[in-house]
Amino acid sequence: MHYLRLVFKNIFRHTLRSLLTIVGLVVAILAFGLLQTVVNAWYAGADMASANRLVTRNATSLVFSMPAYYRERIKAIDGVTAVAISNWFGGVYKDQTFKNFFATFAVDSDVFFDLYPEFKVKPDELLAFKRDQRGCMVGRLIADQHGFKVGDVIPMTSPIYGGGTWEFTVRGIYEPKDQTTVTRQMYFHWDYLNEQMKKRFPKRAEFAGVFIVQIADGSRAAEVSQAIDKEFRNSLAETLTETEKAFSLGFVAQTEAIVTAVKIVSFVVIVIIFAVVANTMAMTARERLAEYATLKALGFPPVFVASLIFGESVMISALGGAIGIALTFPVAAGFKAMMGTMFPVFYVTGQTVAMQATAALAVGVLAGVLPSIRAANVKIVDGLRYAG
Amino acid sequence: MTAVAARPIVSISRLSKSYRRGDQVVPVLRDITLTIPEGDFIALMGPSGSGKSTLLNLIAGIDKPDEGELLVDGEDITRLGEADLADWRASHVGFIFQFYNLMPVLTAFENVELPLLLTSLGRRERRERVETALALVGLADRMEHYPNELSGGQQQRVAIARALITDPTLIVADEPTGDLDRKSAEEVLGLLRRLNAEMGKTVIMVTHDAHAVPRGTSRTWRKGS
Amino acid sequence: MNARQILVKIPFSYIFRNLWTRKVTTLLTAGGMALVVFVFAAVLMLDAGLKHTLVSTGSYDNAILLRQSSQTEIQSSVYRDQASLIETLPGIARDAEGNPQVSKEVLVLTQIPKRGSDKPQNVVVRGLPPIGVKLRPQVKLTDGRMFRVGSSEIVTGRSIAEGFEGVGIGQRLRFAGREWTVVGHFDGGKSGFDSEIWGDVEQMMQAFRRSTYSSVIVKLQDRDEFANLQQHINDDQRLILDVKREPAFYEEQSSSLSTFISVLGITLSVIFSIGAMIGAMITMYAAVANRTGEIGTLRALGFRRSSILAAFLAESVLLALVGGAAGLILASFLQAFTITTMNWQSFSQLAFGFYLTPAIVVKTMLFSVFMGLVGGFLPSVQAARLEIVDSLRAA
Repeated sequence: MHYLRLVFKNIFRHTLRSLLTIVGLVVAILAFGLLQTVVNAWYAGADMASANRLVTRNATSLVFSMPAYYRERIKAIDGVTAVAISNWFGGVYKDQTFKNFFATFAVDSDVFFDLYPEFKVKPDELLAFKRDQRGCMVGRLIADQHGFKVGDVIPMTSPIYGGGTWEFTVRGIYEPKDQTTVTRQMYFHWDYLNEQMKKRFPKRAEFAGVFIVQIADGSRAAEVSQAIDKEFRNSLAETLTETEKAFSLGFVAQTEAIVTAVKIVSFVVIVIIFAVVANTMAMTARERLAEYATLKALGFPPVFVASLIFGESVMISALGGAIGIALTFPVAAGFKAMMGTMFPVFYVTGQTVAMQATAALAVGVLAGVLPSIRAANVKIVDGLRYAG
Repeated sequence: MTAVAARPIVSISRLSKSYRRGDQVVPVLRDITLTIPEGDFIALMGPSGSGKSTLLNLIAGIDKPDEGELLVDGEDITRLGEADLADWRASHVGFIFQFYNLMPVLTAFENVELPLLLTSLGRRERRERVETALALVGLADRMEHYPNELSGGQQQRVAIARALITDPTLIVADEPTGDLDRKSAEEVLGLLRRLNAEMGKTVIMVTHDAHAVPRGTSRTWRKGS
Repeated sequence: MNARQILVKIPFSYIFRNLWTRKVTTLLTAGGMALVVFVFAAVLMLDAGLKHTLVSTGSYDNAILLRQSSQTEIQSSVYRDQASLIETLPGIARDAEGNPQVSKEVLVLTQIPKRGSDKPQNVVVRGLPPIGVKLRPQVKLTDGRMFRVGSSEIVTGRSIAEGFEGVGIGQRLRFAGREWTVVGHFDGGKSGFDSEIWGDVEQMMQAFRRSTYSSVIVKLQDRDEFANLQQHINDDQRLILDVKREPAFYEEQSSSLSTFISVLGITLSVIFSIGAMIGAMITMYAAVANRTGEIGTLRALGFRRSSILAAFLAESVLLALVGGAAGLILASFLQAFTITTMNWQSFSQLAFGFYLTPAIVVKTMLFSVFMGLVGGFLPSVQAARLEIVDSLRAA
C-alpha cells in the first residue's frame, strides 16, 4: 500500500496536467459508453420480441397488405393459439418531427393485449377501450412525453389512409413489464379503421397489414411458420411468416451500416484519449529521468523504477475511467429524456460498463509501456546529468 | 577614476526594492544612491542575497523599484509603462546572462538577429549587422550552428554579439563567466573589456569573481558603500 | 512604431522548430487531433455524398407528380385517368412526333439478400416505359441491354449489381410470383437510381396486381414552365396531385437521414474535440514550463507580452493544422467506399458515398484552427503573464 500511496502522490505532483488528463479520460470513457448504449438501443425492438409470437406479412413486400379473412385460416393451423391483425397507421401527431413521433397501429382489439403480456394493462381501462370504437391505448412513454391522460382526445392525420383528422380517445395507458419493453406505440381498433375505409375507399377495406400469431410452443416456430406460408401459396397474396425477433432484426439490419459506423467511431475516441495519456506519461517520464537515475544509483532495481511510471499511468486511467463510468448513468438518463421517443429503450448494460473498464485499463497499460521501459533503461550517468 | 568626469549615464536616487516571500516582506535594496558615468566598466560585487542582481535588474528595466528615481541617459524609466519599457529595453540595453539564454532551436545567426526583429530594418540590413557582430566576437564561421553544437564560451560570445547588435546604451551582464572554464572566461572578459575600452560601451557586471574586474579605469561597488 | 510592435515579431522558425524538436509529443498531440478531424470530415463528406446522390437523381428540367401529401413515390398512387389527363397539360415537352414526354411509373419494394449475408433487404423496383429511360439522361447502360417492353426482363443499377446476390446478367430473380431475367446493368451516375431495379411498367403492374401508377415524371417544355404547370394542377379538381421539380423532391427524401447523420456526427466531433483540445492544452502547458527561461529572455530583449501570447498560440494552431491536414488526407481516402443503408423515408436501401468538396476542406481546417486556439489559449495566456525576473530565475 505504500507503493500505491507513492504512485498516487506522484500523480498530483503535477496537479494541472494530471487533472487535465483525467478530465480527458472521463470525457472519452463517457462518450464511449454512451455510443455503445446507443448501439444497444438500436436493437431494442428485437430484445422485446417473444419466442411465442410470429409475424405474418405479404411475401412480396411489407408495403403490401393481405386479405383480412386470412385471420381465420391462420387460426385454424395446428399450433396457433391466437391471431391479431395489425395495420401500420402511420399517424402524425401535431407535426412530422422526431419529437412528436410515435408509432400507431390499428389492431384486433379483442385479442391483441392477450398476445402481449409485456404490456401491463388495468382491467377496467382495457374494458373501456374495448367498448369504445374510437378509443385507443397509449404506452407509458407516449403518455409521459405528451402528457396524455385517460379521457384525452388525440387528433391525428395519416398520409397513408388520408381522410383529414382522426380523433382517438385515450381509454388506457399500458405500462412496461421490464426494461426491454417498448411502450412507444398507440393502439386503436382495426374495426374502426375498416369501417372508415368501407365508407371512403371501399377498395381498401378488409385488408390487414400484418398478422401477429401466437403459438403454443416456441420450439415449433419454424414448423408453424412454414405451415402458414404453405396455406397461402399460389394465392392472391402469398405470405412470409417469421419469428417476431427475426422480423424486428430485419428492420435493424437495413440500417446496419450506420450501426457499424457508430461502433467504429466509439473506438476512435479511445484511440484519441490513448494519444493524450501516452503524451502525458511520456512527458512526465522525461522530466523525472534524473529522479529515476538517482533511485537506480541508490540501488533500486530497474523494475521498481519502471513500475513507478507504469503504475502512475494505470492509476490515472483507472481514476478517469471510474469517474467516466459513474457519470455514464446520469448522462444516459438525461440523453434518454432529451431524445423523447426516438430510443424507447435506453439503458446502460453491464456489458457496456465492462467494455468501458477494459478500455480505460488498456489505455493505461499501453500508455505506460514505453515510458516505463525508458525509465528502467536510463543510464545513471545520463539521468544525473539532467539533475539540477 | 578618470580624470575627466564623463556625463552620468545612470543616475540612481533613493532606490528601494523589497520582495514578498509568503507573508514576509524582505527588503533587498534600501535607499540606494549611485551614479554611473558613460563609458564606465562597473562590477557589482557582494555576497549572495546582497541585492546586486536585483540592482542590475532594476537598471536594465526588467524589474520596477518600490521607491526612488532611476534615470538612464536622462530618462526616468520608473515612469515608463510596461509596453514602453519593453521598447526602451530593446534599444537601450544589451543582456548577457550566466547561462547564455540562447534559443536552442535557433542558429547562432538567428539568435543574434532576434533583437533586430523588433526594429524596422530590412532583411539585408539585418544580415549585414549580424555578420558584423559575429565577426567581432570571432564566430563568423559558426553562424549556422545551433547552441548545442557550440562550447560554453562560444555560446556566451554569441550572446555578447546579440547584446551588441542594437548598439545599446548599456551592456548588462549577470555572472557572465559563472558557467565557464578559466580559459573561456578569460576570452569573454577580454571581449567585454575591449567593448568598453575600444567602443566606449558602458558595461555593468554582476560577478563573484574578483579576477573579472579589469585593472585600471574600472570601479567596483560593494553593498554598504 | 506601436502598430508594428503589436504584430508577432517572433520568427516562424522558432515556432516551427520547437514542434519539430519534441517529436514524440508533437506526433501524439497532432495524432489525436488528426483523428478528431477525420471523424468530423468523414461525417461532412457522408452527408455531402448523400445529398449529392439524391440531388443528382433529379433533373431540373423534369417534374414529378404524386398523390397529394405523399412524401414518397412508394406511398403515392396516381390513377390511370389522372395520368392520361396529365399528358394533356400545357408546358410539357413534346418530341418531334408530338408525343408528350411523360413517363407513368410504378414503384414497389422487393427483398433481395445482400452479398455476403442471407438477410434480405428492401430494394426499389421501378416499372417504367421506354420514355422513362429517356427522361433520365444521366443513366447509362454498362453491360447487356435494356429490358424489352412486354417481357419479364429487368436491369439493375450499379449498386444493386455490386452489392446484392443473384443479379448477374442471365441470372433470374424471383418476386411477385414470377421469375425475372436480368439482361443488363446500368450506371446511374452516382444517383439514387444506382440502387434500383428497372423493368417494364405494365408487366410490373400486372405482377404486383396494381391498378394505379405510383408517380408520373414529365419533362418540361422549358425550365420556367414549372410555375405554370403547378398552377394548372392546382386549378384542376380532378388532379389531387402534388408537383415538384425532381431535384427538390429527391432532396426532401433525404432530409431525415441527412439530419440524423449531421446531428450525430457533429455531436460526436464536438465531444471528441474536447479530448483533443485537452491533449493540446497539456502539451502547450508543458511547452511553456520547459521554456520559461526563454520566455523571460525574449521579454528582457524587448518582446511584448502580446508577442509571447501570439507565438505560443501560433504554435498550438500550427500543431492543430498539422493534425488537421493529416486527418483530412486520411478522410479523403474514404471516397473509395460506398455505404448502403436504409433511407427511412422511402423504406428502401440507398447507396451513397463520401464526397469531398472544397467547402468541407475549408470547414475542416477552420475546425482544426479552432481546436488549436482553444487548446492553446490558457497556456499562452500563462506564458504571457509571466514576470521577467521570475522566468529568468527559473531558467
